[in-house]
Amino acid sequence: MSDFTPNEMMTIAAARALKNDDVCFVGIGAPSAACNVARLTHAPGITLIYESGTIGTAPDVLPLSIGDGELCETALSTVSVPEMFRYWLMGGRISIGFLGAAQLDRFGNINTTVIGDYAHPKVRLPGGGGAPEIATSCGEIFITLKQAPRSMVKKIDFFTSFGHGEGGDHRQRLGIRTKGPTLLITDLAVWRPDPETREFTVTSLHPGVTREMVQETCGWPVRYAASLDETPPPTGLELGTLRDLQARTAAAHQRKT
Amino acid sequence: MAAFLSLHDAVAENLRPGDTVAFEGFTHLIPHAAAHEAIRQGIGDLTLIRMTPDIVYDQMIGMGLAKKVVFSYAGNPGVGLLRRMRDAIENGYPRAIETVEHSHSAMAQAYEAGASGLPLAVFRGYKGADLAKVNPDIRSVTCPFTGEQLAAVPAHRPDVTFIHAQKASAAGDVLIEGIIGVQKEAALAAKRAVVTVEEVVPDFKGLHPNLCILPHWTIRAIAVVPGGAHPSYTHGYYPRDNAAYLEWDKVSADRDLFAAWMQDNVLAVGPEIFASRVEALK
Repeated sequence: MSDFTPNEMMTIAAARALKNDDVCFVGIGAPSAACNVARLTHAPGITLIYESGTIGTAPDVLPLSIGDGELCETALSTVSVPEMFRYWLMGGRISIGFLGAAQLDRFGNINTTVIGDYAHPKVRLPGGGGAPEIATSCGEIFITLKQAPRSMVKKIDFFTSFGHGEGGDHRQRLGIRTKGPTLLITDLAVWRPDPETREFTVTSLHPGVTREMVQETCGWPVRYAASLDETPPPTGLELGTLRDLQARTAAAHQRKT
Repeated sequence: MAAFLSLHDAVAENLRPGDTVAFEGFTHLIPHAAAHEAIRQGIGDLTLIRMTPDIVYDQMIGMGLAKKVVFSYAGNPGVGLLRRMRDAIENGYPRAIETVEHSHSAMAQAYEAGASGLPLAVFRGYKGADLAKVNPDIRSVTCPFTGEQLAAVPAHRPDVTFIHAQKASAAGDVLIEGIIGVQKEAALAAKRAVVTVEEVVPDFKGLHPNLCILPHWTIRAIAVVPGGAHPSYTHGYYPRDNAAYLEWDKVSADRDLFAAWMQDNVLAVGPEIFASRVEALK
């Protein structure tokens, strides 16, 4: 299989990171696509949770919002939003939180709140939603985003969701007991935090991607792991599953006439 | 005791200028018809509480009814940004608004605390998050048993909460099912709760014993408005009009287009229009 887009590679590489016995809190957008591709391929037993209160959901099409009816209709159970955040998230029952980002720094700190000054923003973004507590309450955090100099930046404008802070043991110093960001999947590469500094380093390049391409679309000097892998290209099953899911989704979100 | 009223009277009798009000519904069951009635009546200077301001508050803010918004996610879910709310925050148009921003966890638990009659919600949250630096309502308390530092936010106690639900019984009890969100907590946290429903049925006999039901004595007024959540949805009645959410991105991007849309689709019509809007979705 050679004919695939960088976005498809990103979604499929992210899907591969999820396991059959994971309990995953799903962010909307790219994380949602990856989580459902995982469920429809190698991880049929995965538990997907959306912040609208749906536990163990198995949508046939990707939801446009985190509260589409399909999520509830296919869920094992639907709980209230206070219960979702108290018993299930704060209670430590969710192994992976899967987040997107508007701005990301090399330590996995995420900004989805403002570009510019908070009181007088250049761009007012939607804000954190569930992410500030997802970032600190889930066992570990996976992040996925498309690389661009304006999204992968040296310094984020606002700490919406705490990653590894200034690096090292910053999480522990704040009393946070969970692992934080352990994986970053972009359209060009797979990144994992350095065991000491916690800075994201590239561990695998997607097929056809060069180090120059990664650096051109990243706002900090990119570091590489000692042994650099190439991400296996999408299989026919992975690509077919993703494309079918996206076709069903596009058809479902058009206005019925 | 719940009174069955027209939507006009339910809003006029319960919402006053300057009130703190929540129109709740977490993606599902958003009380659009009630908000449109508030817009038609021009009830302003409101403090609007809602986890996800969504299209419903984008419209109220764009019409200049809000002086303050308390929220946790100001996006058009799955589509992008709320352009009228952004215009108010970035440019003070049509008026400047004060914002009080939280996380979902904090908002949900602030409603729960309000429903519980507690002054605050306590939870493990906001660690390392900059919101705590820009929102003075985010504070911390020390657990008297373990010494753990926990986040604290004040309870939500709206003057009025509006919600939309599937059914009312003839006695005025209200049944909510599907994604139940924070509606029960928001209704019980408020001094006055007003509910729009799809339909009235004689009673709820023979249904599942654990359904989410608000007894009639927790509700001030009920108005029957079929389709009243559109373009949000009512589980079991009609689906979310995702195309309308996509279209809103264009309508809300331009001040004049927005004003014309509100004139045609809100100011010049009444609540009966909602039934026809969901007809094609069923």
